Amino acid sequence: MAEDLAAVFRRECGRCTATLIRVLGDIDLAEDAVAEAFAIAAQRWPADGMPPNPGGWITTTARNRAIDRMRRESTRADRQLAAHRLLGENMEPDHDPDLDRLDAFVDVVADDQLRLMFLCCHPALAPDAQVALTLRLLGGLDVPEIARAFLVPERTMAQRIVRAKRKLRDNHAPYRVPRAAELPDRLPVVLNAIALIFTEGHTATTGDELVRAGLAAEAIRLGRVLVELMPDEPEAAGLLALMLLTDARRPARLAPDGSMIRLSDQDRTRWDRALIAEGHALVRTCLRRNQPGPFQIQAAIAAVATDAAVAAATDWSQIVALYDQLYALRPNEVVAVNRAVAVAEARGPDAGLAALEELDHERVDGYQPFHAARADLLARAGRTDDAVHAYDRAIELTTNPTERDFLVGRRAATAAS
Amino acid sequence: MPQYLLSVMHDDEYDTDIDVEDPDVQRLHAQVGAVNEELAAAGAWVFGAGLMPASSATVVRSIDGDVSMTDGPYAETKEQMGGFWIIEVSDLDAALTWAGKCAAACEGPVEVRPMQGG
Repeated sequence: MAEDLAAVFRRECGRCTATLIRVLGDIDLAEDAVAEAFAIAAQRWPADGMPPNPGGWITTTARNRAIDRMRRESTRADRQLAAHRLLGENMEPDHDPDLDRLDAFVDVVADDQLRLMFLCCHPALAPDAQVALTLRLLGGLDVPEIARAFLVPERTMAQRIVRAKRKLRDNHAPYRVPRAAELPDRLPVVLNAIALIFTEGHTATTGDELVRAGLAAEAIRLGRVLVELMPDEPEAAGLLALMLLTDARRPARLAPDGSMIRLSDQDRTRWDRALIAEGHALVRTCLRRNQPGPFQIQAAIAAVATDAAVAAATDWSQIVALYDQLYALRPNEVVAVNRAVAVAEARGPDAGLAALEELDHERVDGYQPFHAARADLLARAGRTDDAVHAYDRAIELTTNPTERDFLVGRRAATAAS
Repeated sequence: MPQYLLSVMHDDEYDTDIDVEDPDVQRLHAQVGAVNEELAAAGAWVFGAGLMPASSATVVRSIDGDVSMTDGPYAETKEQMGGFWIIEVSDLDAALTWAGKCAAACEGPVEVRPMQGG
């Protein structure tokens, strides 16, 4: 039973909070009400059994508790305001048709979750605040969990979330899904926040490993919700596909001792086939739609990379072509370095090094992946001294211990060759 | 409906002894005038004005009934408010959309701040 409740919490917390924010018109009230409803569920469900619609039960209980509390605690003026906001005029507390429908019509609730995503990822908030608020309100993570995941003190994270909520409230941020004309500006903010959550869960290996795996899972869950609620947005599908195809390789990414394994050396039988199949299907849907965007192209790259049964069979020229397409949309050094690595796979290390040489050296000098890629290509081209030098610079710039160990090992192997 | 202060920020001291014949000045003047008309037509206009340079400011303090004055602006930064609007709109998103138009008209950054009691 305890585990069932935890599963319901993960699945329903964001949904219930999203609906309660609309009903109560206040984020803090909604959070408290949902927390109280889950506390009641923890007491009652073990004895009474789980209700047939646990999410609806939580939503209704939270709403009733919030109304009770407002009646109890408010001054008369506040109470009138609250009653107006909650129930509308001439409505009996327990006969609000909107709330009655709530339990029956999932659509109403689903739309609320979308509103909450756009509220948490409001462009007036800084990206770190968007991410923290999304995890808190939609993911139901508590502040210490979010603080641990992002390696910041709890106090800092708590302040970040309080400040973000306060800014939205003080500024009268609307609780609605942006109109079609606004979506081209607003949707990428949501997608980037989800991608940030995923990346934080996937790449960093410092901190609490369990919390981090949870972040990747939560990002994928949010990605699925977004695709379900906005089925006509190909970039949402692209992001979900990219996350699935990246996460599918997680089991093969680390050796038993925790050290990192390169894509070309990974045991492909350990990849999650179900996730890969789902990701490939999404990429095919995107290709048919033919409205390419950065996430879709990255997903297509991941699809090609996961298509081959053995590393040697990878179609690198197709990956280079996709990177060219991505670079046309996002001409930055991150894309350029990845493209150079693909060029090296397709046409040899010298061609890859030539592609790296074209980059603005001042801009990439502090960029660790540039030096790591360059070191690897120099080693493969047989330029040992240059390679060792490049490894030194890459190691100097690496903060992630797992990656540092990997580079130190490669440097030693190169120097000894 | 909530009200918002839209402050036009200047990165340096500007000159108000402006040459009205200067095409840059004429362009800015026309752009701001157009936004003002649009704000009024939309019912969002409350007030708006351009300010003389920050160097023209005086800070007045009242401590235990003693009033003192210092020459110059309160904030000792290069960036100063050069003008502002007060607008009344439905929500933050509407305010930010207007701020975008104001920033384009002024050719400079615009800070959006909600007013209390909105």
